[in-house]
Amino acid sequence: MIEMKYEIVIGLEVHAELSTKSKIYCSCTTEFGGEPNTHCCPICTGMPGTLPVLNKNVVEYAIKAGLATNCQISGFSKQDRKNYFYPDLPKAYQISQYDLPVCKNGYIDIEFDDQHKRIGLTRIHIEEDAGKLFHDEMDAGSLIDYNRCGVPLIEIVSEPDMRSSMEAKIFLEKLKAILEYIDVSDCKMQEGSLRADVNVSVRPFGQRKFGTRTEMKNLNSFKAIIRAIEGESRRQIELIESGTKIIQETRRWDDNKGVSYSMRSKEEAHDYRYFPEPDLVPIVIDEGWIEEVRNLLPELPHERKKRYTIEFLLPEYDASVLTSSKHLADYFEQVTAICCNPKLASNWIMGELMRILKAKELEFSEIPISAEYLAKLLILIDKGKVNGTTAKKIFGIILETGKDPELIVSEQGLEAVCDEGAIVMIVNRVIEANNKSVLDYMNGKDKALGFIVGQCMKESKGKADAKVINRILKEQLEKLTDNS
Amino acid sequence: MKIKIDNIKNSALLARLIFSDEEIVKLTTEMENILLFFDKINELDTSNVEPTAHVMNLTNVFREDVQKESFDRNQILSNASSHQGGCFSIAKVL
Amino acid sequence: MELFELTAHELSYLLSSKKTSAVEITESVLGRISEVEDKIGSYITICRDEALKRAVEVQKRIENGEAKSPLAGIPMALKDNICTEAIKTTCASKMLSEFIPPYNSFVAQKLNNSDTILLGKLNMDEFSMGGSTESSFFHKTKNPWDFERVPGGSSGGAAASVAAHETIFALGSDTGGSIRQPASFCGVVGMKPTYGTVSRYGLVAFASSLDQIGPLAKDVTDCALIMNAIMGHDDMDSTSLRAFYDDCTKGLINDVKGLRIGIPKEYLSDGINDEVRRAILDAIDVFKSLGAECEEFSLPLNEYAIPAYYIISSAEASSNLARYDGIKYGYRAPKYTDLLDMYNKTRSEGFGTEVKRRIMLGTYALSSGYYEEYYMKALKVRTLIINDFQKAFEKYDIILGPTAPTTAFMFGEKENNPLDMYLGDVYTVAVNVAGLPALTVPCGFDSKNLPIGMQLIGKALDEKLLLRAGYTFEQNTVFHKRKAKG
Repeated sequence: MIEMKYEIVIGLEVHAELSTKSKIYCSCTTEFGGEPNTHCCPICTGMPGTLPVLNKNVVEYAIKAGLATNCQISGFSKQDRKNYFYPDLPKAYQISQYDLPVCKNGYIDIEFDDQHKRIGLTRIHIEEDAGKLFHDEMDAGSLIDYNRCGVPLIEIVSEPDMRSSMEAKIFLEKLKAILEYIDVSDCKMQEGSLRADVNVSVRPFGQRKFGTRTEMKNLNSFKAIIRAIEGESRRQIELIESGTKIIQETRRWDDNKGVSYSMRSKEEAHDYRYFPEPDLVPIVIDEGWIEEVRNLLPELPHERKKRYTIEFLLPEYDASVLTSSKHLADYFEQVTAICCNPKLASNWIMGELMRILKAKELEFSEIPISAEYLAKLLILIDKGKVNGTTAKKIFGIILETGKDPELIVSEQGLEAVCDEGAIVMIVNRVIEANNKSVLDYMNGKDKALGFIVGQCMKESKGKADAKVINRILKEQLEKLTDNS
Repeated sequence: MKIKIDNIKNSALLARLIFSDEEIVKLTTEMENILLFFDKINELDTSNVEPTAHVMNLTNVFREDVQKESFDRNQILSNASSHQGGCFSIAKVL
Repeated sequence: MELFELTAHELSYLLSSKKTSAVEITESVLGRISEVEDKIGSYITICRDEALKRAVEVQKRIENGEAKSPLAGIPMALKDNICTEAIKTTCASKMLSEFIPPYNSFVAQKLNNSDTILLGKLNMDEFSMGGSTESSFFHKTKNPWDFERVPGGSSGGAAASVAAHETIFALGSDTGGSIRQPASFCGVVGMKPTYGTVSRYGLVAFASSLDQIGPLAKDVTDCALIMNAIMGHDDMDSTSLRAFYDDCTKGLINDVKGLRIGIPKEYLSDGINDEVRRAILDAIDVFKSLGAECEEFSLPLNEYAIPAYYIISSAEASSNLARYDGIKYGYRAPKYTDLLDMYNKTRSEGFGTEVKRRIMLGTYALSSGYYEEYYMKALKVRTLIINDFQKAFEKYDIILGPTAPTTAFMFGEKENNPLDMYLGDVYTVAVNVAGLPALTVPCGFDSKNLPIGMQLIGKALDEKLLLRAGYTFEQNTVFHKRKAKG
């Protein structure tokens, strides 16, 4: 395969909206959505004479992000103006950081296929988000909403260390988990609070020099990012194989069509004319402040994973899956706190719950069953009050109706039949009604046992525990043999 | 420092300004004179000098992360040439 | 004497001794405006009805003892680049000719809290770029001393209105001399405060690291009162200083004994008009006779201040004025073919020639390949200029010189040579580059009876000392008492 000759080189620039209460340079809310232009003021709409004042938490969140990703925190950093014209940018410049960002030289360790790899982070800097420009179908004009304008962002730039779409995905998942863990961003890709620009280039294996890279901006789902990387690397390889040079440019990835388009227009290559923002003063971060923030850092994903293996005695695999998202880990701990059976909780979360989330395309922040209810269900299982099959049924009913599992059990009479006497009666009834199968079994047809057990389950309306039925059935059948 | 017409055209594009051909010629001469005058600062040796972006040496001016009520949308839109459905609007072609 | 001819402190005395009322004063000034405004053209917007209404309110507050400020009841006007809520703020530009800010600038609010009365908004050079007020989109302002001559700029309307008594005092803005030079041309007192002492929130930005708002007044006492009212820390301006803001009227002492005054010899050499030089030398003699120690010294970097200033200010301006794109407010071109065309036409039609020229210079100075050579270099030269002043202030308390190299020039005289206009800033720009305070006071007249101004430059936050020197000079001369014919 031609692809095997080439190595794909990937770098990511991730933008995460910070979950501060107010915007970066003014006191408007950062809440998502809202009627257009209702989260605005003269400052974030760039009216004449207005001035920015930096939100202290934005710096703190950036320091947190830097510490959680092993960065050096700059003792002296400043903000700069990035000048360009676009309708979603009211001042016609974005306040960002050019040469002195808050954080530098960090890394994130990722695992895949039993390999460990360190992905370098060049820098993390703070900047303001722009508004939203959309096109009015009716008038073929443009409409602009500045609600998002001024929402604080951190931009996390990776080194070009990734070599496949899978590595990129794992890196992003890890980064997202970290940012959620330290509570600096809600990382909701579907709301745009986490976006990635992807830089892709290819080079023949063994070549040291990087190939020409292209950039695809503002991809906002993991799937799109993976497809974009794969699509673009294929495109570049095809071009190289046909002797065409790759042009360094920005391309737009159309996820629906699975292709990218060049965004080069008749306009100039951007000359952003960066210069130090005269309306804002430099940021000095001393060791004291860094330590303060470090002490505020919560348990990070790898620390939590380790704790799960020790405290809850969970296998590494389970711990890994559960801690891959703060929401999931928090949920797991809430459930375990109530039901006191971590392994059972882990099984159900990784099993039934994950299955439902995937099927309904829900995020870990959108778990559709409360920790309390799941825990109650698990307690019922643990106490033997319902069997496995019934439990799954109840799970489904909770999702549909939102009812308390205990209520469902009593309403629908789903309590396991535990009374041995009752089971003996059921078993005997079934034996009587299925003489042929019993004889088959006695004559060595093991399969017939399964049939009889199934009939017993049916008789018990699924409420008896299969293991108990098996045991009692065998006992009764032995009695019969003894008797005969 | 000879300034070329291409530089002027590039600056105009960056600044979103258009000039007639005559204006460009006039502007080129004017700017050349002014830039020649600017060149004077190159007489000074600044090899060991730090740039001063802010005269008053302030650092760490912050606001607390407190959310306050935003402006009424009517005020935000009050000076717009056109708006629609609460958004600023630009017709595609006029 | 008419009420409109008096100073704020004189009127304040009359008010407190109940010899007049805020309404009377306001009516007097409005009457004066009606009389001369057609000839002078200081104003862009006059808020006649609002002013009278406000005067009635203020008078009530004075009567029941609620209005405690020494400026209570005094009518004033603001340069039209200072945002006033619900009142048009145009920056004398087509681009903002209909702009009505939904918010107030810090200084307008402060003056409001001091119970002053806003008469209207004053003419200026478009977006503060210019030295003659000729580039105003609306009309030219005449110098009250000679209607064929410019009042100076960019705060030309502010200076002319004070000189012609169309206001008791005014606020202007100063980026490279825009308060001081017109004050000098119009024979009034003008002050640029230390950078960071007067909030820029609501001042439509020209060059952010250089702009400051300041007073234009009939005498130094009024100037001190106004400074007290507008100085102070503002949370909405990140470049606002948290300092101890002392009472500026403590500087109103008639005494300069032992004051060390340095006069840069570069100021009095070539390029200065002989009569202006004469007036400055005479002023130095006055100071000497009052016990100050006056000495010439060298300020070698002064000639580099103009290019450094123009590079920094144009660069910042090119960025500050980029927001005028027709989308959110302001002028929008009526016809265009696509977005790029809309931007191009809006900005080319909305801005005047000088503004466009400065934007082009600034864009060029910041652009890739030229940034190091121009902008970065200018910021380094700035450091050298600051050091130059610091060295001077080790030996001297105040630096003295002319405010402008000439008296008011004729309309159209500098039209064809923008560089010529820039060179008129030779004494004023270094002060903005270094962020220092400076005061201009009338110190003479030329043979055409045109005012000459003397500039006093001080250390950062040393406004009181400047006011003392200015006050002493005033108390011992009568230049500030001569009236413009207009």
